[in-house]
Amino acid sequence: MATLKIPVGGQDHIQGNMKAACTLVEYGDYECPHCGAAYPLVKRLQKHFGKRLRFVFRNFPMTQLHANAQAAAEVAEFAESKGQFWEMHDLIFENQDRLGADLFAELATQLGLDPGEMHRALAKKTLTDRVRADVGGGIRSGVNGTPTFFINNQRYDRPMDFDTMVKAIEEALAS
Amino acid sequence: MPALLSPGTPAPDFALPVTPDQKLSLSELRGNPVVLAFYPADWSPVCGDQMALYNEILPEFQKHRAELLGISVDGVWCHTAFAKDRNLHFPLLADFEPKGAVARAYGAYFEAAGITERALFVIDKDGIIRWSYLSPIAVNPGADGILEALEALEK
Repeated sequence: MATLKIPVGGQDHIQGNMKAACTLVEYGDYECPHCGAAYPLVKRLQKHFGKRLRFVFRNFPMTQLHANAQAAAEVAEFAESKGQFWEMHDLIFENQDRLGADLFAELATQLGLDPGEMHRALAKKTLTDRVRADVGGGIRSGVNGTPTFFINNQRYDRPMDFDTMVKAIEEALAS
Repeated sequence: MPALLSPGTPAPDFALPVTPDQKLSLSELRGNPVVLAFYPADWSPVCGDQMALYNEILPEFQKHRAELLGISVDGVWCHTAFAKDRNLHFPLLADFEPKGAVARAYGAYFEAAGITERALFVIDKDGIIRWSYLSPIAVNPGADGILEALEALEK
């Protein structure tokens, strides 16, 4: 069974109760349609479990398949540097069908960020290593595609539907 | 089902089509490690499939100077179209005729379905299998085991 090799920590994007008994980690790609489909699913799980679940998003752009995936990940990391990671993360997934430089600039403006500064950060690749570090850890942990979920450090290999995932999280909470 | 060839076994040699007019043999690659990845079929309907993942992390394999070979019973034209569509940068071998013969030699043929298993082999520079792994056919095994095996070769 594949397990998470990089513990959740200060480098991570974490949402929800820090002391939750269950941690759900997603390795995701902003351009992957399956991750797009998982986006509302994760929201639903967060709502369902409330304080019992914390959620972590890590980058795993499939750059050979998706031309905008790396840039999208860097855009979200740029927003992180301004304290707005989750806002940008959500907006990117909600506009997944329009990924590209125009959308990224539009979203930056919408969040009150400087699109010029963001553009320069992407051009200078200052956030590339941050994204690739997530990928490296994911490979070590047995990420096998996108999205890959880990529930309390165990890779989740079952179907990605609400009821099955609720059951798996309940099992993790009970153990 | 025949057992997967285990570590310590010399890897059976083969020569399989890699393009419509080219064959690749395992013995040609002697001197560097080889990762042999049997997978059930081209065109699995997900973007994060096993070959796409390996393609993405090819530089990690290259750090160990390892050659990655994908292998299934799909024909060479099918492989060509699949590799082009998914932008793959490593060879796909067609274990097409006689069907599955190489998979059988490695204990990696799924007779009932007529496809190769999801089976992984790490072969050292001298052609000896150093690691093998059979994944449940529905579960993409990822790459962590392969990388650990490649690291172990250097110890």
